[in-house]
Amino acid sequence: MSITQNTPRRWGRWLALPALALASTLSHAAVPPTSEVNTTGLAVTDTTVKVGILHSITGTMAISETGSVQAEKLAIEQINAAGGVLGRQIEYIQEDGASDWPTFAEKSRKLLINDKVAAVFGCWTSASRKAVLPIFEQYNGMLYYPTFYEGLEQSPNVIYTGQEATQQIIAGIDWVVREKGAESFYLLGSDYIWPRTSNKIARAHIESLGLEVVGEDYYPLGHTQFNSVINRIRLKKPDVIYAIVVGGSNVAFYRQLQAAGFDLTQESPLLLTISVTEDEILGIGGQNIEGAYAAMKYFQSLDNPNNEAFVEAFKERWGDDIVIGDVTQAAYLGPWLWKAAVEKAGSFDIDKIREASPGIELTTAPEGYVRIHENHHLWSKTRVGRAMDNGQYEVVFETDELMEPDPFPEM
Amino acid sequence: MFADYSAAELTSIFAMQGFAGLSLFSVFVLMALGLAIIFGQMGVINMAHGEFMILGAYVTWLTSGFFSSHLPGLFAAYFPVAILLAFLASALLGGAVEWLLIRHLYKRPLDTLLATWGLSLILQQAYRSIFGAREVGVRMPDWMMGSYAITDMIEVPINGLFVMGISLLTALGVYLLMYRSTWGRKVRAVVQNRPMAGAVGINTQQVDRVTFALGCGIAGIAGSAFTMIGSTGPTAGQLYIVDTFLVVVFGGAQSLLGTIASAFTISQAQSTMEFFLSGSMAKVYTLLVVVGILMVRPQGLFASRIRH
Repeated sequence: MSITQNTPRRWGRWLALPALALASTLSHAAVPPTSEVNTTGLAVTDTTVKVGILHSITGTMAISETGSVQAEKLAIEQINAAGGVLGRQIEYIQEDGASDWPTFAEKSRKLLINDKVAAVFGCWTSASRKAVLPIFEQYNGMLYYPTFYEGLEQSPNVIYTGQEATQQIIAGIDWVVREKGAESFYLLGSDYIWPRTSNKIARAHIESLGLEVVGEDYYPLGHTQFNSVINRIRLKKPDVIYAIVVGGSNVAFYRQLQAAGFDLTQESPLLLTISVTEDEILGIGGQNIEGAYAAMKYFQSLDNPNNEAFVEAFKERWGDDIVIGDVTQAAYLGPWLWKAAVEKAGSFDIDKIREASPGIELTTAPEGYVRIHENHHLWSKTRVGRAMDNGQYEVVFETDELMEPDPFPEM
Repeated sequence: MFADYSAAELTSIFAMQGFAGLSLFSVFVLMALGLAIIFGQMGVINMAHGEFMILGAYVTWLTSGFFSSHLPGLFAAYFPVAILLAFLASALLGGAVEWLLIRHLYKRPLDTLLATWGLSLILQQAYRSIFGAREVGVRMPDWMMGSYAITDMIEVPINGLFVMGISLLTALGVYLLMYRSTWGRKVRAVVQNRPMAGAVGINTQQVDRVTFALGCGIAGIAGSAFTMIGSTGPTAGQLYIVDTFLVVVFGGAQSLLGTIASAFTISQAQSTMEFFLSGSMAKVYTLLVVVGILMVRPQGLFASRIRH
């Protein structure tokens, strides 16, 4: 109902936009009235708008989610410095999911019902996203979710700013087959939904190319002893170890692989991963993973002006010795995509943002140009990086075209 | 699954697999010894054992940082220093914890379980606040990296050898302390009959404190050694705690020999099964076997007969 009411007014404002832009440089009188941009009772005043940040800052996942929190705060501060969203300064309410899925659910309820935030930037693991999803759908909130994940989901109340599995996997495997002549793969992963689904996609793609999967293994989360599987790999002699090991296990796996005499710089076998960003290398140690390849959409070392400015701002805000991984960059996109959607819709109303989101593009993203697909995921390029001793990746390949997100691949 | 491989390949794989089992064995021994001393000799279940290990790991990280910035010439030799410091730091913290917390709870064993669990949460958050939520990477001197090639096919990881060496020395040290020193005799006397030990002039409070500190110190050594093979982060201790309890309970709580026998059994079973099955299933079968044996023999593999 509210949509039809507002349509004529919105057209009016689109026409008036150039004039408004000029006016707002002269005075702040041009800020649209709250009654017009907020018809559903969100926490929007004439000068401010409240959003939520919901990540784990305590517990196991704090290791990974810290970077996302930093990126989201930086983006919000930058947006505020540039005049805010529809003339309103963003105020964030930060809640701690504490690495515990019921806590995520409870905190998202609090953010949506009590605080009435206009958007939430948060979650990291799929488990936490699944826990908050029914709440976002019931109370019609909007979640910007930053992590690369297994796909198989498309909610009207989530914008997925990380890559879904096919975007990451297919380009990486195609590259290693084309450039390195790989013919046999050993799939390895931690034992939960993301590595299992990703390896399923990888296996289907590898077999469709007529190539061979010589082994597939899963280890419990937190597993610390990989010597037996390393021996199996040695026996099977694959061209590529395709590793999706996560968390603390990651460190154990790469250290033990290195100690077992696998020199990854020799590339026999070559190691390709989709789970090790610069953040994880901090724990693994550059000397243990040098020579491995990773397929994802962002590396800190990307050479473009957007990224240069982003890395500089990030370091200035959070310290010189910090590293920025793929998910951190994706988290940074959240507030900017939300701002663009709000401005396109001319309203903070969730329904209007949802309607406005597909087709939203960012030319200022550190990873380069991105655009929101009808399915709420991002069109983005996939890159392959080679890990270096200093803990950074050297970008060796990037897809020519944006990869289309396909959260429900046919297998 | 072996039809496609030559005899030479198979021999070398089995040799390396044997080594993998031994190296898992030494990891288990190292992590379980400290807990076994505290659990076995004092009856205290230290749920914060993993966090004492991680303290050792962080001390090692700090030491490596100090050496690389202040004494780069001696970087190759920092590890023994780090182990010693890790032992001291964890033992000191252990002694303090015993004095502040544990000694008030000796008569309430279930409460020590809760108290040490709370302590583990406090320590995790403290590490997170002090060292940051992200994992840190401990840089190894070059000579400790890589592997030692015995033949073309057989390569033995140097860090595995190193962990074995540390385990062996630690186990030997504990044995000498417990069974060949005056202090060990006092500890055993207190375990067997506390009032009587007190009556003959043994300071049982002091024995308790030193025992607890020693157990924690050994956890520190383990944590220091594990920086070579695993991660160092605020919650990394949790990765080891389940296996540690498994080894100690399976071995029989009051027997150090039992702990070692149990570490050997579990590590060999697990590493062999991991080779033939997938990792998750290997873990499931290992746990099933342990549960089965404990149902028949609840006191564990070795149980010493003592009077309470």
